[in-house]
Amino acid sequence: MSAVAEAPYVGREMRRKEDPRMITGRGRYIDDIAVPGTLWIAIVRSTEAHARIISIDKSAATGRNDVVAVLTGEDLAGDFAAPMAMVWSPPGVEIKTPEYWPVARGEVKHVGDPVAVVVGRDRYSVIDAAEHVVVEYEPKPVVVDPEKALEDGSPLVWEQFGTNRTHEWKVSGGDIDAALADADVVIEQRMVNHRTAGGAIETRGVLADPNGDKITLHSSTQIPHILRFVLSLLLGIDEDNLRVVAPDVGGGFGSKLQVYPEEVIAVALAKRLNRPVKWIETRSEAMMATHHGRDQIDYITLAANSDGTLTGCRARVVADLGAYQLLLTPFIPELGFPVMGGCYKIPAIDLTFEGVFTNKFCTDAIRGAGRPEATYWIELMMDKLADKLGMDPLELRRKNFIRKEEFPFTTALGITYDSGDYEGTLDRLLERLDLEAFRREQEELRARGIYRGVGFSTYVEVCGLAPSRAVGPQGVGLQAAFWESAMVRVHPSGSATVFTGASPHGQGHDTSFAQIAADRLGIDPQRIQVIHGDTDQGPWGWGTYGSRTISVGGEAVARAAIRVQDKAKEICAALLEAAPEDIELVDGKYRVRGSPDKFKTMAEISGAAHIPPQELPTDIEPGLEATAMYDPENFVFPFGAHACVVDVDAETGKVSVVRYIAVDDCGPPINPMLIDGQVHGGITHAIGQALYEQVVYDDEGQLVTGTFVDYAMPTAAELPSFETDRTVTPSPVNSLGVKGVGEAGTIAATPAVTAAVLDALAPLGVAWIDMPLTPRRVWEAISEAQNGGAQA
Amino acid sequence: MIPAQFDYAAPETLEDAIRVLSEGGPEAKLLAGGHSLLPLMKLRLATPSLLVDLRKVPGLHGVHRDNGTWRIGALTPHAELEHTAELGLVARAAGTIADPQVRNRGTIGGSLAHGDPASDLPAVMLVTEASVTLRGPDGQRTVAATELFRDYMETAVGTAEVLTEVRLGAMDAWGFGYQKFNRRSEDWAMVAVSALVKQTGDVCEDVRIGLTNMGSVPLRAHAVEEALRGQAISAESIAQAAEHADEGTDPPADLNASSEYKRHLARVLCRRALAEAAGLK
Ligand SMILES: Cc1cc2nc3c(=O)[nH]c(=O)nc-3n(C[C@H](O)[C@H](O)[C@H](O)COP(=O)(O)OP(=O)(O)OC[C@H]3O[C@@H](n4cnc5c(N)ncnc54)[C@H](O)[C@@H]3O)c2cc1C
Repeated sequence: MSAVAEAPYVGREMRRKEDPRMITGRGRYIDDIAVPGTLWIAIVRSTEAHARIISIDKSAATGRNDVVAVLTGEDLAGDFAAPMAMVWSPPGVEIKTPEYWPVARGEVKHVGDPVAVVVGRDRYSVIDAAEHVVVEYEPKPVVVDPEKALEDGSPLVWEQFGTNRTHEWKVSGGDIDAALADADVVIEQRMVNHRTAGGAIETRGVLADPNGDKITLHSSTQIPHILRFVLSLLLGIDEDNLRVVAPDVGGGFGSKLQVYPEEVIAVALAKRLNRPVKWIETRSEAMMATHHGRDQIDYITLAANSDGTLTGCRARVVADLGAYQLLLTPFIPELGFPVMGGCYKIPAIDLTFEGVFTNKFCTDAIRGAGRPEATYWIELMMDKLADKLGMDPLELRRKNFIRKEEFPFTTALGITYDSGDYEGTLDRLLERLDLEAFRREQEELRARGIYRGVGFSTYVEVCGLAPSRAVGPQGVGLQAAFWESAMVRVHPSGSATVFTGASPHGQGHDTSFAQIAADRLGIDPQRIQVIHGDTDQGPWGWGTYGSRTISVGGEAVARAAIRVQDKAKEICAALLEAAPEDIELVDGKYRVRGSPDKFKTMAEISGAAHIPPQELPTDIEPGLEATAMYDPENFVFPFGAHACVVDVDAETGKVSVVRYIAVDDCGPPINPMLIDGQVHGGITHAIGQALYEQVVYDDEGQLVTGTFVDYAMPTAAELPSFETDRTVTPSPVNSLGVKGVGEAGTIAATPAVTAAVLDALAPLGVAWIDMPLTPRRVWEAISEAQNGGAQA
Repeated sequence: MIPAQFDYAAPETLEDAIRVLSEGGPEAKLLAGGHSLLPLMKLRLATPSLLVDLRKVPGLHGVHRDNGTWRIGALTPHAELEHTAELGLVARAAGTIADPQVRNRGTIGGSLAHGDPASDLPAVMLVTEASVTLRGPDGQRTVAATELFRDYMETAVGTAEVLTEVRLGAMDAWGFGYQKFNRRSEDWAMVAVSALVKQTGDVCEDVRIGLTNMGSVPLRAHAVEEALRGQAISAESIAQAAEHADEGTDPPADLNASSEYKRHLARVLCRRALAEAAGLK
């Protein structure tokens, strides 16, 4: 691309600019921010999964030292202008959405529901006092199983609706009935994709700081601008009087793509008391009151001809949404629909989504959000179909892949995949994994009683949220848009600042955005600072989630930087008495084409832009900055091929991941090291779901996995050293050719892990195990397959 | 994760510690490594009124050998046990506790006084036939490991007593094996089995088997021991003996395991621990 300097910074393995600060403990998280006179908040939370509140006795708590106020839902009724927000309203579909107030009024619907707020002078006092708020409950019947919740006569989470079914949403393309009727083989499987937690290392936290009419909310969030917008509506405060700052954010994984009750409460109390107020979530609270992810039961049907050609796919998804609707709660299961059907040509696809209320906390976006579920079922169904047809599972995939030359490819659902080379990533994977040698080794090991297996996932995902018209009010129905913004400012002495509306929280965009801008400005990336996460600085933006930040936010940076470059060329041309078209940017020099020794550096040009010399025409505006708003015309569709190798101890059921190979294609890499980092984390997240992690509520709706002892996130000791590789297929959607990669590993890996376990256990007759594949479940599955029943 | 209010004292002699502890009444607690007590306090499952920190008390630290006996100070951290290879089974088991941070802080005295049946060292104390020294306002007494563990997190250590030392015989002539089963390497045992085997030729002269997390207290698997004692050691005899590992146990089900599964694990791990102890592969 001619607008980019030679020997570009884009594509280099640059160390993260943010790391020295982070690694030396100089990060600045919510709890590091101290404002004099701050009051602390503690939340009294429901111990009941479903109950009517008979009474709340605040007297013992109110009288305690250092307690300033104890406030119930009723006390705060006048402080909130509107209940919590849910923003999906798909045309023609009604979604049952109960009023959800930040502090419960009259009834509680899940363990952890806020019932009162204690405000006081220090953190210890308010937490002590919270224990002295006495709440009397009248328990109501509880339902935790989403399928039981749909049965007649089930306890109702919300009586006014007469049902626990929140909504049904359908999408289809092609003639599914004919496809199923005419197919040679039709296979079906029920799969449970269980509830997980985000588990960010920094729990949530808020600090609301009033100053005159203006309130600044510091929040550990992925979406400062959306948060300000929604808070202004929920609290009736004009946006100009609200500033939201996301300082360093210690991980989000989707769990901080939310507007939470505590954020609303903090701003309301700051306003009511005219004092700074702070709340830092404890880990126990994070487990029960930060939104969960997944939690769906999928009924999948896949149809094919006897030669393996896919003819149709049907999915019915029962999604457990929990007790309330948060920002995107009912939409998350559907979010993966554009890639349901995977990287295969399937002429008929039919999808039905049902949402269900239960007495658990809400689900919403967690890394991958709908797409890990979709990949899980299509990839495992491909294995099952191959088994049924007696075909090699990889041959079956190749037979049905959308071919490289068929892109852009429009699926049965009318979704256009931008670019891909699915055979290419699979070929590359098999260069690294000698499958024949593996099968020989597998045989030998089996003879010695060691059960080794390999599983594959050839995935495609959809990200880069998004073309606003496709997902907005008249499209899918989100009351939002998803363009992104950037403002690039070159300072008089030639360094630069990039402001982005995205809100990275660990992904490394301080570095990758600097690389993108550096090439286009002709400045070293070390001299470019990236600023984000502050609604009072830089342009409006939609935040960081959905693997959108490089392909949407990064493209906005590229566009703004090109605008600055164009102006720099104009100034340079005037200074060198050349035509702007004749100025080229090479190796950090703006030089006259054909006369390489006639050039200006960015420092000289920016100096002239800020302090115009006589030779600069007066019609060139002073200053050197530009803003770009970028709304993509399509999603981007990253893809790849992953293989997982596991050993299963068939006596105990314990699974060990011994090898993991990932070949991903997210277009031209901006910074390969950052991509590897994202892929490593993503795979870890998925191995966590496949083997270890599960949010468990008991039949009474009590949360069983309330700490990291029980919610078993894997550690480094449980993981192999990942092998990563890439192919490069540019996206035609943006000028960088990039596709997102923050979720790819998570989207790809669960089926590879499960398939590997099933492959290992095939000789023992095990055909299916639902995740998480814990030792106990694996042992039970083996016992059942061997003896037709779990052995005592 | 904010504990309830408590007072704190860090006495400099054992006598002072005992005095402060007994004056503090039943709600006063000793603090050693803090890696069992503090997590409970953060969750407010424990709310002691006073913590008596042992860190300044001299003479409670270190591993010493007197002829055929090991003397281990109560404040000796797991990491030191782990790195004293001559301790054999004790070193092996200590090395499986959690992660390096926990092993650097957690102490053998704390682990034994706490009496969590999922902890690694209690059952090891049963099979090494260890005893502990307890010092209280009324003087000193010695309690055998078999008498120490009373019930789930309930031990013979009195509210005003300090566990000062652990003694166990040197098991130089014994082969040992330790098999811990957990989901993640840092987790407590779902089940663990410790085995000690004394062989003459291929005959099993004596054998001791300890079970972790198979009940509310650590257990000896006497049925296994009886089945193997005096027998020729072979893969078959070990496998047969190990089938008795869960005899008489009634392990409670939990999030990760049913009772049946734990019993199954005990049998499998027992066989493996015995094979390890007997040097069979
Ligand atoms: C994440 C994590 C994982 C862990 N995993 C394991 C594991 O896999 N296996 C395992 O065995 N343990 C495990 N532990 C527990 C760890 O080994 C503890 O350190 C140990 O159980 C208690 O020792 P402590 O010195 O920390 O005792 P503390 O926590 O200080 O005290 C525990 C109890 O013992 C009492 N006490 C302490 N010292 C004495 C004494 N000298 N005399 C009388 N009473 C005393 C205290 O009053 C308290 O009631 C884990 C801990 C953590 C935090």
